[in-house]
Amino acid sequence: MPFKIIASQCTSCSACEQECPNVAISEKGGTSVIDPKKCTECIGHFEEPQCVAVCPVDNTCVIDTSLPRY
Amino acid sequence: MDVSALDEASLAGSAVNIGEIMQAIAEHKGCGTSGGSGKASCGSQAGQGELPTEIWEKVKNHPCYSEEAHHHYARMHVAVAPACNIQCNYCNRKYDCANESRPGVVSEKLTPEQAVKKVLAVASTIPQMTVLGIAGPGDPLANPKKTFMTFELVARAAPDIKLCLSTNGLMLPDHVDTIARFKIDHVTITINMVDPEIGAKIYPWIFYNHKRYTGLEAAKILNDRQLQGLEMLTERGILCKINSVMIPGINDQHLVEVNKAVKSRGAFLHNIMPLISAPEHGTVFGLNGQRGPTAQELKALQDVCKGAMNMMRHCRQCRADAVGLLGEDRSAEFTTEKVMAMDVKYDLEMRKAYQAKVEEKRVAKVAAEQEELAKLASEMSGIKLLVAVATKGSGLINEHFGHAKEFQVYELSTTGAKLVGHRRVDQYCRGGYGEEESLATIIRAINDCHAVFVAKIGGCPKSNLLKAGIEPVDQYAHEFIEKSAIAWFKSYLERVQTGEIQYVDRGEAAIRQSALISAA
Repeated sequence: MPFKIIASQCTSCSACEQECPNVAISEKGGTSVIDPKKCTECIGHFEEPQCVAVCPVDNTCVIDTSLPRY
Repeated sequence: MDVSALDEASLAGSAVNIGEIMQAIAEHKGCGTSGGSGKASCGSQAGQGELPTEIWEKVKNHPCYSEEAHHHYARMHVAVAPACNIQCNYCNRKYDCANESRPGVVSEKLTPEQAVKKVLAVASTIPQMTVLGIAGPGDPLANPKKTFMTFELVARAAPDIKLCLSTNGLMLPDHVDTIARFKIDHVTITINMVDPEIGAKIYPWIFYNHKRYTGLEAAKILNDRQLQGLEMLTERGILCKINSVMIPGINDQHLVEVNKAVKSRGAFLHNIMPLISAPEHGTVFGLNGQRGPTAQELKALQDVCKGAMNMMRHCRQCRADAVGLLGEDRSAEFTTEKVMAMDVKYDLEMRKAYQAKVEEKRVAKVAAEQEELAKLASEMSGIKLLVAVATKGSGLINEHFGHAKEFQVYELSTTGAKLVGHRRVDQYCRGGYGEEESLATIIRAINDCHAVFVAKIGGCPKSNLLKAGIEPVDQYAHEFIEKSAIAWFKSYLERVQTGEIQYVDRGEAAIRQSALISAA
């Protein structure tokens, strides 16, 4: 299950884009969007998912439960 | 309490105020000192004073580093740095409104390439724009690629423009060498505490080394990095301004400690700003009812700290995309859409010629002030009072009362006129008629002032101001601020001496918290 960004809460500050070790995040339609194919939940890279840790709005980068786990 | 504060306190209570006499002597030597403890603060006041020439050269055209320069020179911010690496309880960057003016607020973010086009467009339209700052809307050093790319492009396209940046300091030590290499000789660091216990109440978390830290640990890392960065910058001769947000009940008393800590590490200027806090901002402090300081509380703290180092009193807490003189915001003229449609020719000679004219006016203004001050030399009164001034720049009383969006506040005493703050207000006059509600707000904002200096004022606001005990003064229309204020103060003292009027202490004044009602 990769992470997804809740568009209505995203401030489009792009902090997550810079931190993502997989270059999975880009700006689309005015908000940051995670490419689920590239997201690894930061497993093997860092202790915590970087987008979640850096995001200024709590509960905006969340697990996409509709997709299978990484 | 530190020694200088003690000196001031004990002097203030004595019958003969030695501090004032010392200041008067210093003024006659041609140096404006504003501290009672013998500290020269000429640099951020008028003229070079005792400032070393190399530092004066750096600050003389920088509106944020020189109070005197801010009447004449403009700055701009480009919003190329949206990401941030810390969370502050007074900040919510989701909020954007064209009528809002405070740090972290921005209408549109720019790429470095768009930013350069905008800089050139502004530099051509506003030739007195001398400074480009990157201040967010996030943290410039949390976006190092975009920030330094912008600086590089601007330095190439417009080499006469000074570069500066404003940071929370978390990543500062890592970038000091790059900052030095890009010849960025002004850096502002926001330091709100030097005690992690206090820091934990201001910063819920920081993002550092790929990890989110909270509580005491977060505040300790942030503070260590800020102070380390400050030391590294001052070692390299880079001028540092420290911004501190005054949060009553949290760090208000503590900012005296912060002041000492940054002074001892070589900071050039300390800017204590009031917390801006209202529920509609959606910040933690706005929502939990944390209040900002009153104008008196802010000034009292600034006055305690001024014994130790230069204090900035003219900060407008501007937006991360502000354009123009500090007291004005012309960002709406330079939206990306408008900038991209402009045919911009960067004309360095035209800018130089314009700035040479500005310098002439500036010299005339300081000379007029000195001349008027000499006439005050024989006065021995201990009276100190505040006056509000309506100005749109150039150091002149050149704004109508009804058109003013802010009033500059000067403290008058026998040592002269010194800018000690400003008050943002809603324009009283809109489309030909006066708004009674905004008049009441204006009176609240300048309630601590004895007089308001304007280029022109209508009959109705005039009588209301008089009723509120504030004297409207329009006899110095289009004249220099300091010279006029000193001349008025001399006549005020004479009126007090003859018994025509009585000196009375004024009350508190409110610092505006919410967005301006009228469009800028």
